[in-house]
Amino acid sequence: MAIECLVLGAGQEVGKSCVVVTINDKKIMFDCGMHMGYSDNRRYPDFSLISKSGDFNNSLTCIVVTHFHLDHIGALPYFTEVCGYNGPIYMTYPTKALAPLMLEDNRKVVDRRGEEEQFSSEQILECMKKVTAVDLKQTVQVDKDLQIRAYYAGHVLGAAMFYARVGDAAIVYTGDYNMTPDRHLGAAQIDRLQLDLVITESTYATTYRDSKYAREREFLKTVHKCVAGGGKVLIPTFALGRAQELCMLLDDYWEQMNLKVPIYFSAGLTLQANMYYKMLINWTSQKVKDTYATRNAFDFKHVCSFDRSLINAPGPCVLFATPGMISGGFSLEVFKQWAPYESNLITLPGYCVAGTIGHKLMSAKTPVRINIDKDTQIDVRCQIHQLSFSPHTDAKGILDLVKFLSPKNVILVHGEKPKIAKLKEKVQSELGIQCFDPANNETVSIPFTTHYEKVGASDALLRSTLSPNLKFLRKCSEQGSDFSDLDVRTKPGLQVFDDRMAEGILMVQRNQKTKALHQDELMAMLGVESHEIKFANCCPVDIANSDTRNAFLSQPTVDKSFWQHLLFEKLSSKFPETSIQDYGEHLQIESFYVSVCTKEMCPHRTASLQCMPETVYFCCTWSIADEKLAWEIISVIKNLLLKDE
Amino acid sequence: MEFTCLSEGRGFYFPPCHILDICGFRVLLDCPMDLSSLTMFMPVPTDSFTMCNGEITSRSCQRSMDLDSNENKRRKINKPFDESSLIRAEPRYKIIKNLLLWDVSSIDVVLISSPMGILGLPFLTCNKDFSAKVYATEAAARFGQLMMEDLVTMHKEFRQVYGSEGSVSPQWMKWEELELLPSELKEIALGKDGSELAGWMSLYSAADVKDCMQKIQSLKYAEEVFYNGTLIIKAFASGLEIGTCNWSIICPKGSIAYLSSSVLTSATAMCLDYTSLQRNDVIIYADFTPCHASNKSSDDNNGPSTADPNLSVGNVDWEAIADDYQEMEKLDFICSCSMDSIKAGGSVLIPVGRIGMVLQLLERIALCLESQNLKFPIFIVSSVAEELMAYTNVIPEWLNKQRQDRLYSGQQLFNHVKLLNDKRLQLFPAIHSLKLLTNWKEPCIVFCPHWSLRLGPVVHLLRRWCRDENSILVMEEGVDSNLALLPFRPMKMKVLQCSFLSGIELQFSQHLLKTLQPRHVLFPEKLRQHVDLPKNLFSSSYYSEDETLNVPNLEENSELDIAVDLALQLHYTTLKQENIRVARLKGELALEQGKYRLLLGNDQVVSSQVRSAVHLGRIELDVLLTELRKNGLNITVEEIMSADGLHKTSLVHVLEPQKATIEITKAQTLICTANNDLACQISEVVSSLLDCI
Repeated sequence: MAIECLVLGAGQEVGKSCVVVTINDKKIMFDCGMHMGYSDNRRYPDFSLISKSGDFNNSLTCIVVTHFHLDHIGALPYFTEVCGYNGPIYMTYPTKALAPLMLEDNRKVVDRRGEEEQFSSEQILECMKKVTAVDLKQTVQVDKDLQIRAYYAGHVLGAAMFYARVGDAAIVYTGDYNMTPDRHLGAAQIDRLQLDLVITESTYATTYRDSKYAREREFLKTVHKCVAGGGKVLIPTFALGRAQELCMLLDDYWEQMNLKVPIYFSAGLTLQANMYYKMLINWTSQKVKDTYATRNAFDFKHVCSFDRSLINAPGPCVLFATPGMISGGFSLEVFKQWAPYESNLITLPGYCVAGTIGHKLMSAKTPVRINIDKDTQIDVRCQIHQLSFSPHTDAKGILDLVKFLSPKNVILVHGEKPKIAKLKEKVQSELGIQCFDPANNETVSIPFTTHYEKVGASDALLRSTLSPNLKFLRKCSEQGSDFSDLDVRTKPGLQVFDDRMAEGILMVQRNQKTKALHQDELMAMLGVESHEIKFANCCPVDIANSDTRNAFLSQPTVDKSFWQHLLFEKLSSKFPETSIQDYGEHLQIESFYVSVCTKEMCPHRTASLQCMPETVYFCCTWSIADEKLAWEIISVIKNLLLKDE
Repeated sequence: MEFTCLSEGRGFYFPPCHILDICGFRVLLDCPMDLSSLTMFMPVPTDSFTMCNGEITSRSCQRSMDLDSNENKRRKINKPFDESSLIRAEPRYKIIKNLLLWDVSSIDVVLISSPMGILGLPFLTCNKDFSAKVYATEAAARFGQLMMEDLVTMHKEFRQVYGSEGSVSPQWMKWEELELLPSELKEIALGKDGSELAGWMSLYSAADVKDCMQKIQSLKYAEEVFYNGTLIIKAFASGLEIGTCNWSIICPKGSIAYLSSSVLTSATAMCLDYTSLQRNDVIIYADFTPCHASNKSSDDNNGPSTADPNLSVGNVDWEAIADDYQEMEKLDFICSCSMDSIKAGGSVLIPVGRIGMVLQLLERIALCLESQNLKFPIFIVSSVAEELMAYTNVIPEWLNKQRQDRLYSGQQLFNHVKLLNDKRLQLFPAIHSLKLLTNWKEPCIVFCPHWSLRLGPVVHLLRRWCRDENSILVMEEGVDSNLALLPFRPMKMKVLQCSFLSGIELQFSQHLLKTLQPRHVLFPEKLRQHVDLPKNLFSSSYYSEDETLNVPNLEENSELDIAVDLALQLHYTTLKQENIRVARLKGELALEQGKYRLLLGNDQVVSSQVRSAVHLGRIELDVLLTELRKNGLNITVEEIMSADGLHKTSLVHVLEPQKATIEITKAQTLICTANNDLACQISEVVSSLLDCI
């Protein structure tokens, strides 16, 4: 069995995110995005790779959309309304609420460009009706086997990472995420999960960013400088997300600095969007949430709506205009008017997809001439300020998340090819995790074996495992008995094991469920009892003429305990790795008991039943488990009076 | 698994309370308190009702003099049951007395199914032995918190009048005083058998509430939480109120669903999610609503459901049996009565505690006013009004489909946001707040706590309007109106008492249970005669208050996952009898996400060095002798009986090749020989006759 990932978009590039993951016979499509940089058939994922016949309802189990950005949701109405997918679609509440705004905004831009319309407003609404909204951490049982769950991803309002589990196989698809909190959103949050695979974005695969605070200051200073010099500031953004964050920032700053320069929201962008934000305040950062009852952070004081006639009105202003990346529409219109003047400023917040004007500006040095289309060229003389304000995590964040989740495999998507390759290298070398960076339309297959066999476990067994069953093992050091003190410290002589399952028995019976039970239960069930096999040997040691005896014979204390003690010493030096207990009456080594036998007629004595006067008897018993050890000890006993070496 | 019903509760405001012992953990289901018993106290005295104050002083004079207590007693007994019978003291609050019999420290988990189920919790959490984990949905926790904070604020008024009572038990709780109480109050104070006196507690403080909230872990909708790795706990909407829920508890031994009072379709809250409760092993049916419905069950002849037994199980069209339009009619009736009153110059007082109802009534009344072009103001007077109104508009996740659709179409979830912006609705924190004094206009429509009519702004407004025949009071059924209105007699004000849907209706419960497809159902004894549970689909047992029930039907075995790599390493042997293969287990047992898992641990050393096999079976002497002889041993046998003649020992003497003795009893074989090889040979023969694991 394997987990198969077919990357339909965002493979070694940014744009049209779409990954189809197959676990067992479940097929989940994560994201269904469009590419902002193309207007031909490359703009949508190649859905024919999922099903040649176009029968998507039977081939896909469900679609999961992580957030409302067009490169993650842009193709969804096309897929449901044009391609005919009717199955379940999941996204968070804010995504469901805000996605239609984004889709509609984009549809208008496409419309204005005079391109062929891919889907209508009605189709967007029809598509959204098929969506099931989910809450964070809500565990959704899609069908009997497939479970999905959303986790907070930061990035934009309602962005989520999705966990999906089929049987014992589990994966996480991150979508876009942010590991540091920003002005209105919290940082991504996820549980420690047991995962076979993590599919993560890697927009900033090689970037390490400094603190956000410095970037915010820089942004505010640049904007302030521009308006102070009478310039106009254009901030091309998408309707939702960055616009609100930057607006909160500017609104606060204006308040602090007592600035009167107007801040405009272009139509489409909007005050209406703020309404959604107010209702979805639970999805914002803790700080914003805490204050909503008294003052909702999305009630902006200094913001008013923009009118087309204001484009060439005199005096400074700040304008937020859609769409972001200056890919067309109103932001392009304003750009054409403002770009030629040196006093003006264009601030690009965040990533611009290749093919957009924004992307051209990012790498340009002013003054520069830019081709807008084949007929139009613009001389750009204004300042370009690039804000590394994108709500994506940086390389450190990606590595942190992967390390935290410690999956068996990682797939990198949503990043530029050379950068992704570098990060892949890093994941493999630094974290030791198998990592892939497939291109579009490639499939990665991750082998996966069923991890577990399911059996029934009895109460008695589970109860017996509640208490520890500690076993002590003396570890033999390599140098034998004469290791130095230092060695003892570095290599503990004693190891402790907790062997709780030792009394558990797995019972396999034909036509019955395999069962794990306690050995006592098995015996009761079979009606048998345990039968112990033990050994005994009363071992004679001739002490006549022995030096030891003679040396001590004068003393009256030569008795039972003397011999026992002598044996103890000897055994201790012979078996340094085993623990020898001296209980006075007898010595014990594991199951081996030995005591000095004073009986006249010991039944365990086989050599001679007669008690010899010059002989000490060591009566030994042991059980079958220690058979080997026992005979070794007996040979020591027999040679008790021989000098070592 | 054991289940104990501590209290059947009494309707919406006083939900039931149970204890469930499962997989070694003790779960407390809800921790409510009985606020309806507040009615035995006199509301806070005010200036306009100075006679009350007079009464207090005269009474205390009496007490201090107390010359002729007998006469005093007789006088009191003979007195008619009226306003003066009510207890004039700082009220105490009645919690579930059965809960006091349990050791607080033994509770492991508390599950809160509704904001009302949280109200008694601070009494537990302020105990230093309390160590349980408390789970509640985020909405229930928030509403519960607001209700408790409001309660504490309202109660302050009593403290201001009576002073702090200190730690001594108040005068009215003394036996001689209790005995003098009229029977109506006596039953509230003591319960039927006098046992409930223990349940009276003095109210918790704001700090206790704060502390309590910190101990609650709030859950998202259907969020999965693992308690101690063993219990998987999930909350699903019950439809009763915003944020109320039913619980699903899964442990390694099976699954349980706790079905609290549920409503199929709600006009505000997310509707009952029954599909998520399907196919659990056990359902605890804890919806006692029909018991409290006033006159329904008595004259309802077709009480036991006569539903078609062939009705398909699983795909019931619940929408078809929606009860929601009845509710709409009730609301419309309230609105039209209110309009009549206000047009006649009276005011409307609505001390309803159900948030969902308040929100709906707000919208409908505003709509009525608008349609009739009336410009009367609507006020909400409560210390938590502002938070409550703000909060209800930011929780689309807990609302029904129609409300969620408003989010998607960019409208506010509730119209009160617009009403507030237009100043048609105004919120005041208290009756004496400056904002209220400057903005107050009559006639008006006022929503305020508390439905018991003993606490909060309602007391003052009732006193103001109770003689006004044009004004109207909207009360809920279930409150003893006779007792509740006692301090405000004579009432000229109109009283509209209405009941709202607060649980599953009897005729649907059988239906619902069929749909849920459990294996076993715990059902209230009280409802037994009204509902025929289908015996062929699931077994059932019946419970009543203060009774512990054993729940039989959970799995006999817990599920254990054995890692495949470990299973492959086990050493299997086939037993001599019954064709059973067995293997001794090893590895490390882990409890992960409610599942027992046996994983390959680092215990390889242990298994090879320390683990000893167990031999099972019995040595048949004849067989042993044959086997030994086959091995070329020269043997003789001797049998010895023990002194008591009960145990037989067989002694086998081996003469050749070496000397050895084998001593065989029922449980043990002892091999005595000085020869290593011989010992080994004999033990192998013996082992072969036994099963070795």
